Amino acid sequence: MQNAIEASGVSKKFGSTTALDDISFTVGESEVFGFIGPDGAGKTTLFRIITTLLIPDEGVVNVFGTNTVTGYRELRKNIGYMPGRFSLYQDLSVEENLNFYATVFGTTVKENYDLISDIYTHIEPFKKRLAGQLSGGMKQKLALSCALIHKPKLLVLDEPTTGVDAVSRSEFWDMLSKLRRHNITIIVSTPYMDEATRCDRVALIQAGKILVVDKPEIIQSGFSRKLFAVKSVMKHQLIGALRKYPETITAWPFGDSVHLTLRDNKIDQSLYSFLEREGISDTVIIETPAGIEDRFLELMNKPE
Amino acid sequence: MRTILYLIRKEFLQIFRNKFISKAIFLVPIVQMLVLVPAVTFEIKHIELGIIDNDCTPESRGLVTKLESSTFFRLMFSTFSETEANNMLHNDKCGLVLNIPSGFGRNLGSGKAAPVMATINAINASTAQLSWAYLNGVIGDYNSGIIAENSGGVPSDGFSGIQITNRYWYNEMLNYKYYMLPGILVILVTAIGFMLAGLNMVREKEIGTIEQINVTPVRKHQFIIAKMVPFLLIGLVDLALGLIIGKITFNIPFEGSILLLFLGSTIFLIAVLGLALLLSTVSGSQQQYMFVAFFFMIVFILMSGIFTPFDSMPLLAQRIDMVNPVAYLIRINRMVMLKGSTLHDIGKDLLSLLVIAICFTSLAVRRYRKTA
Repeated sequence: MQNAIEASGVSKKFGSTTALDDISFTVGESEVFGFIGPDGAGKTTLFRIITTLLIPDEGVVNVFGTNTVTGYRELRKNIGYMPGRFSLYQDLSVEENLNFYATVFGTTVKENYDLISDIYTHIEPFKKRLAGQLSGGMKQKLALSCALIHKPKLLVLDEPTTGVDAVSRSEFWDMLSKLRRHNITIIVSTPYMDEATRCDRVALIQAGKILVVDKPEIIQSGFSRKLFAVKSVMKHQLIGALRKYPETITAWPFGDSVHLTLRDNKIDQSLYSFLEREGISDTVIIETPAGIEDRFLELMNKPE
Repeated sequence: MRTILYLIRKEFLQIFRNKFISKAIFLVPIVQMLVLVPAVTFEIKHIELGIIDNDCTPESRGLVTKLESSTFFRLMFSTFSETEANNMLHNDKCGLVLNIPSGFGRNLGSGKAAPVMATINAINASTAQLSWAYLNGVIGDYNSGIIAENSGGVPSDGFSGIQITNRYWYNEMLNYKYYMLPGILVILVTAIGFMLAGLNMVREKEIGTIEQINVTPVRKHQFIIAKMVPFLLIGLVDLALGLIIGKITFNIPFEGSILLLFLGSTIFLIAVLGLALLLSTVSGSQQQYMFVAFFFMIVFILMSGIFTPFDSMPLLAQRIDMVNPVAYLIRINRMVMLKGSTLHDIGKDLLSLLVIAICFTSLAVRRYRKTA
């Protein structure tokens, strides 16, 4: 099977800032591939290279076997791009935006309606409304419809769920899953680590480098230590205290508890008494299975 | 082609959806023509005049009456004190003081030279020069009357060797409105082309829509053409509107071919739009664009020869004006409207304008890179 994206040795600098540092990866056809990483990791730069908007300083990216630099004209017909910032015409209506993008790609809304129908039906009642007056979730659906209207083979979504409420985020991922049956390869970036599990494979990217690429469950299982969930009503003080404890490796807030790793992988009385001296006496500590986020944090904080 | 038409349609949709712009497009030419054309004039009426008459003879009073009766002057005060008169001049109570020394009448009567002195406020050099010229004319007139009288009623012509009669061609009455209006029309289309198109482009950049366009198969030239055509059409409509207003309110003469005027303006607009889009590709925000565009517009207009004669500019300025589209169109418009010049007469200017248009536009297309 042909790979959808093959990137090797991609580097990009902006002045003295290195945005991407020797990145290589492949994305298979019809895969949902996620790039997870904090702001400024280089996700957007990478996506702009893949979508032919930027030329890499070094390295080559092939999309469906076509080079993004030399074959950009052909590739643009086959790529649907949804930038992180809402960038449709705010002074055109929903319908006008959709028709506009269909036309510039030389197609019609009617022709590819089945592809977007699941998404578009949500906003169709507002089709006369100006895009600028839509709510955040509706804007996102419109942007996705516009990116899909020409039936692209590759869909590139740059932080599509940033600034969207939890319910809409989940809905959005459901929509992406449904697109899989249309044989569309999807690459998506997100700063939310919990969304990694919705991808077939994920790449963890930080400071312009890919730390790991694999299936989410494999990444998750790579967690090397025992993990403890520590709870207390004084959560804020708890983190501070745990980080002062000499045996602590990491202590991260996680929901209503703190995820803790220790040098000798076991809880003993000295921790309880340490916490009590810090004025925290109601601690409950249980061992807990590591989630993908714990693994990401472990990878990201691994000393060089 | 279909893509270009569709892109153009989108532009128009957006322009007319913008309530402010869609109104401004039609209001700007009306206001400019009605306000600017009468306002920008070098004609001077009612120069405020002060008189120091130390002579008080029938001759001196005759001169004052002559000045008073002319439409150019309005007598503000008459005094015997030079200090007072100077103070009045200093305090802007008058623009010109005429000092008639005592002995003026006696000298005239005895056939000697009779000097008078004029003091003129020259803060505005051109007003001062014109005031002087008018004053000179009136006194000269008075003078020849006296000569005629002294020589026993023989008209002065009998004495002078050379008699000059002049006629002003192409603008018989030296009507400044006729002179300015073709130029104001150029400023009108310049503003439309320069400001609207450039800002429109930078706005797409600011909101990020340009990036969304860039990932589509839309080609550079298609995008640029679609940005130019709507504003070209709007510019031409505004030109027509301006001409109609000029005809109705100022009865501006139109000697030449109206088609030729529109041909010139079309080429001009392409040049201006090309430059506007070129500038917009190098500016990152609407604010930056406004600043740069304003600079270019002011330089173009001040150097265009609309206010000052082109031939009296320094050589360097004349050289620079070779790339100033505004200078070309003002020349073309004046020639076509007032003189009735034909394609053959203005062919050279049109050709230069065309070269500028092609240069600016192709530079804009090149600068607008789809791959950053």
